[in-house]
Amino acid sequence: MHIVELDHVKKSFDGTEVLKDISLYVDKGEVVSIIGPSGSGKSTLLRCATLLETMDDGSLSYAGERIADSKNGRSVYASKEILKKARSCFGLVFQNFELFPHFTVLRNITDPPVRNQGRDRGEAEREAMALLEKVGLSDKRDAYPCELSGGQKQRVAIARALAMKPDILYFDEPTSALDPELTQEILKVIRALAEEKMTMVIVTHEMKFAREVSDRIIFMEKGTIVENDSPDKVFSSTNERTRQFIGKF
Amino acid sequence: MDIATILLELGRGMLTTLQIFALTLLFSLPLGFLVCFGRMSRNPVLSWIIRIYIAIMRGTPLMLQLIVIYFGPYYIFGLSTSPAYRGIAVIIAFSLNYAAYFAEIYRSGFGSIPKGQYEAAEVLGYSRTRTFFAIILPQVFKRILPAVTNEVITLVKDTSLSFSIAYAEMFTEAKALSAAVHNVGPLMAAGLFYFVFNFLVAYVMELIEKKMSYYSI
Repeated sequence: MHIVELDHVKKSFDGTEVLKDISLYVDKGEVVSIIGPSGSGKSTLLRCATLLETMDDGSLSYAGERIADSKNGRSVYASKEILKKARSCFGLVFQNFELFPHFTVLRNITDPPVRNQGRDRGEAEREAMALLEKVGLSDKRDAYPCELSGGQKQRVAIARALAMKPDILYFDEPTSALDPELTQEILKVIRALAEEKMTMVIVTHEMKFAREVSDRIIFMEKGTIVENDSPDKVFSSTNERTRQFIGKF
Repeated sequence: MDIATILLELGRGMLTTLQIFALTLLFSLPLGFLVCFGRMSRNPVLSWIIRIYIAIMRGTPLMLQLIVIYFGPYYIFGLSTSPAYRGIAVIIAFSLNYAAYFAEIYRSGFGSIPKGQYEAAEVLGYSRTRTFFAIILPQVFKRILPAVTNEVITLVKDTSLSFSIAYAEMFTEAKALSAAVHNVGPLMAAGLFYFVFNFLVAYVMELIEKKMSYYSI
């Protein structure tokens, strides 16, 4: 059973087709990177998978449960309760971190599980501290996001996503707002998660990193999937467009 | 007229001014939220009605609005009003007018919160109500504070417009006293009162801003 499965997904914005019949699945423990030029639909695909965007057509499942089904050429979404349940299956790390500025680091991590999953505060705090330890920020528990560097903010954002105990973690260009040095901080954390067999989908422009950390690389262009294979195969692809894109890095 | 009488009269006017100030804030601050939500509503009819309301409130003199609300019931609808209506009309006019301004300030506050904050909350399982109260509103509150301070200070001085319907607040009293004693002393005293009052308002608002400065956005 796939953790997430998208089938024949279509999405247009104002008549422009952004996703043209995309199908994709991710299995437990897999690390999948999505690469491709700007406007190729990578982020939109992620947004459809995280329910931030509704698909025009196509189906979506989490752990075998149908979240949206294609009926007569349109996506029909399941009930609010099922969508709510589906949201607890995944976490999302944003390009711009999107920490809550009025919460301390600790509260950022504990508030969602306590309020929205009904977890015990003490237990949530212990777990949050373990996560902060893991991302190397246990001394920042009482700091506010404005006191952190970009790399630290993103590490807190990763801890916040992990605190919800997701089955799969999505990253939407997690290092695009960071300088090369801070980028390395984040990649180190993602690498460690990959070693723990965390299921992850990473939209990224870090080619070297994608090649090194991924089990599978998807190359998207103009709303279609051009490549969907192991890093070695994608990086040695004979497809002209793929070679052209990868050759730029 | 001796000085004690003058001070007593001014003091009474001062209390009335404070009352207008407090009641206007009490009604217009929450009403501003309703107006703001109407303005941001996806219902085009509601949104346009509110737009017109805001345009009128901002586009015509508050003094005229006071006059219309005070005399309107009699001259438009032929209703006779009780003497107590004078004070009520003042509060209605000020509250309606200030709610329009506050609504636009709130709207700017909501508009300044990045979409990503809503999305992060959604992905983390916050319901819409929780997102609004726990995530968005505290940030909006911090952002709009300086603009709200401006309005509150303007309100202190605007209370004097009640003079136009002869409501006996500070300014109306001071003007009458000045005329009676043939000097500007009472008016100057009133000026000093407004200044000190606003000094206090600014001080209190600054304290609140400081209290909110434990984080920046």
